[in-house]
Amino acid sequence: MNNDQSFTDQEFKVVGTRPKRPDGVDKVTGRAKYGADASAPGQLVGLMLRSPHAHASIKKIDTSKAEKLQGVKAVVTAADLPDLTGGPGDNFYILENCMARDRALYDGHAVAAVAAIDKATAKKALKLIKVSYKKLPHVTDVDKAMKPNAPIVQPHIQQDGKPSNIAANYEFGHGDVEAGLEEADVVVEKSYKTEQTHQGYIEPHACLASVSPDGTGELWVTTQGHFHFRNVCATLLGMDISKLKVTSSEIGGGFGGKTHVWIEPVALALSRKSNRPVKMVMSREEVFRASGPTCSTSMDVKIGAKKDGTITSAFIECRYMDGAFPGIWGMLGGMTAWACYDLKNVKAVGIDVLCNRPKVAAYRAPSAPMMAFGVESTMDILAKELKMDPVKLRLHNVAREGTRASYGPTYGPIGIEPTLEAVKNHPHMGARLKKNQGRGMACGFWFNIGGQTCTDLNIGVDGSVSLTVGTVDVGGSRASLGLIAAEELGIEYEQVKVHIADTASLGHNDTTEGSRGTFSSGMATIFAARNAKDELCQRAAKMWDIPVSAVVWKEGKAVAKGKRHNNLAPLTIQEIAAKSPTTGGPIAGHNEVTADGAGVSFASHICDVEVDPETGATKVLRYTVVQDAGKAIHPDYVEGQFQGGAAQGIGWALNEEYIYGDDGLLQNAGFLDYRIPVCSDLPFIDTKILEIPNPNHPYGIRGVGETSIVPPLAAIGNAVTNAVGVRMTHVPMTPPRILKALDEAGG
Amino acid sequence: MLKVGFTGSLMSSVNGQAQVDVEAGTIRELLSRLVQRYPDLAEHVDQGIAVALDGEIYRDDWSKPIPDGSAVFLLPRIQGG
Repeated sequence: MNNDQSFTDQEFKVVGTRPKRPDGVDKVTGRAKYGADASAPGQLVGLMLRSPHAHASIKKIDTSKAEKLQGVKAVVTAADLPDLTGGPGDNFYILENCMARDRALYDGHAVAAVAAIDKATAKKALKLIKVSYKKLPHVTDVDKAMKPNAPIVQPHIQQDGKPSNIAANYEFGHGDVEAGLEEADVVVEKSYKTEQTHQGYIEPHACLASVSPDGTGELWVTTQGHFHFRNVCATLLGMDISKLKVTSSEIGGGFGGKTHVWIEPVALALSRKSNRPVKMVMSREEVFRASGPTCSTSMDVKIGAKKDGTITSAFIECRYMDGAFPGIWGMLGGMTAWACYDLKNVKAVGIDVLCNRPKVAAYRAPSAPMMAFGVESTMDILAKELKMDPVKLRLHNVAREGTRASYGPTYGPIGIEPTLEAVKNHPHMGARLKKNQGRGMACGFWFNIGGQTCTDLNIGVDGSVSLTVGTVDVGGSRASLGLIAAEELGIEYEQVKVHIADTASLGHNDTTEGSRGTFSSGMATIFAARNAKDELCQRAAKMWDIPVSAVVWKEGKAVAKGKRHNNLAPLTIQEIAAKSPTTGGPIAGHNEVTADGAGVSFASHICDVEVDPETGATKVLRYTVVQDAGKAIHPDYVEGQFQGGAAQGIGWALNEEYIYGDDGLLQNAGFLDYRIPVCSDLPFIDTKILEIPNPNHPYGIRGVGETSIVPPLAAIGNAVTNAVGVRMTHVPMTPPRILKALDEAGG
Repeated sequence: MLKVGFTGSLMSSVNGQAQVDVEAGTIRELLSRLVQRYPDLAEHVDQGIAVALDGEIYRDDWSKPIPDGSAVFLLPRIQGG
């Protein structure tokens, strides 16, 4: 029973309530410690020297003058980070991205680093490092990178025996799309582009690294996965994993961008060389130029359908721009593209393409929003062709329990149909629109994942509970896990304090990514609490001197069963804990679990916009998110995730993009020129939580963090299209692009 | 006997078959027998693989029993942001 992950369908007392966030006071009073807040005696300032070229061969690096500068304690280059990974492969690409080897592969690629007694000295030292470059031809556009004579980014990657920028090609689907087109009464097709965006987390990457002469080390860092950082850094530096302790700070936003190491191995190398702690904090410009944004894409979509709306053929090919290192973005996109629909003939092709841009990282439901833009925009085109309501068209083809998903398996209980029904019946859909206004809707899908997790639940002698987890709290998991522990133990939420352990204090925990935090650590917390309840019953039995089989845990108390013991008053957790020193010592529960069986997640969004036909400026007037949460443990946070994903999607749809010049250099590496939405750009984002339980979690939990960013590009694209009467095919839909589309349409 | 489904590059690794029959009681047994029969699949298993059992995706727990009659599908390993 203790580790049974089956859905219990229980009534909740604490779960589903909205207590105050546990980290709120520290965050609003400035007490919370973020990545840049760590400090150590004798620490140095580490700074990185970055390539000013989009693509260049590194002929020589002369660090001698920098090393001689007073106050400089270490200078490192690739020579100080030798390849211990065995050559090209995931870890080698991470190493090469952290420090360029024989070539700089993008504007901003690190080529050397210094550690000095202060920032001014470190900056002077950077200027004294002489790098001899030979500029090479570059390519920053995904379509150009696929052309036969394009400059090659990674020569060892080959297609048909020749160097190629095409790193991988993934196909998913079933049936015969060509035969499906033959059956169709109507065929629609369109091509689309989306530009590269950054997650835009407010806190830049920051760490403090300290390596001792005895070979042990510590790293304090802002990250979504300190265990992963430990493993990667130790591997790259040749350290034993257990000799590197990593502590995660509070995180000022991650959204996938803090699942990768960028500066941390270099900070450790500087510390090792200087024998001093080294702090590195990226500037905002560095974050844009040299941490992982998402892919830009170009894609082609084709759908065939019967007059009644039945889709007979669905095809998409999407080219993902991976930056300078191969990723799996085409694979993830290909699997998500058509997941909302029940399709007889379907094919999705995802292609990973290398360019001279920074290494791409995950961004909230990575790869899904782009293909959703293509698919959901084309669904609207089809609805117009068929003169059919777009929600009705989607409902006509919707995936249900038992549907064979476009990426292969057959669905269990899923929530796309309920989200569409909720959209259909939502007052937002019936609200009147004025001139120059348009409404759009779109659907989205994300898998969610589980993974390795481990927790400790310790009961203090006063009966208060300390829950220690290893999943970084990115989006409110301390609150949700506290609620889960309280629910399982039958106590008040306020009796539980949740802590994030460092890597030396718990077994391995996978990174907080894939919307896994509350799903997986929630499961481990339930199991740990069940262990603790067993122990509490044991202790109560000792206190009463009756068999443990006669004790049950009920509503937060040990209760003696049976007529023989009905004179025994129930014992509270406080009463049992107070006696723990004489009944066997500390009372705790512990669990490690591989939390598989994460339930997939669906959402449908509605958006109203107004477009100024003179300027092309778009204002989002109203926005509604409907999403299946499985079970909303703390509804405020769930709504916050829905709103956050929508807000980021609005920025992506309307404003945000990396702009590269013909010289291959990034032209807008700052928040002034790369404009994320602020409060005044956004309406209140309305939310509706649906709860279709995940059968593989005791509380029915599904991940909620990512799906909300999948539909916005298409929902807004459809809304803008309906406002201006011209199909928008290029994201972001900036005023110049909207005016251009209107001009081309003769508007 | 389980009927195991494949798509895309995984399908190429099992001689282009969309479905393969395998006798296996757990995910570990399933993967081991498949790799034995189709060595090209080993690279995918090393890179990371997931197994869908009746629509639920399992990435990590190879000891997971596979009930008789389960709909089994092999997928690339997923990650998120």
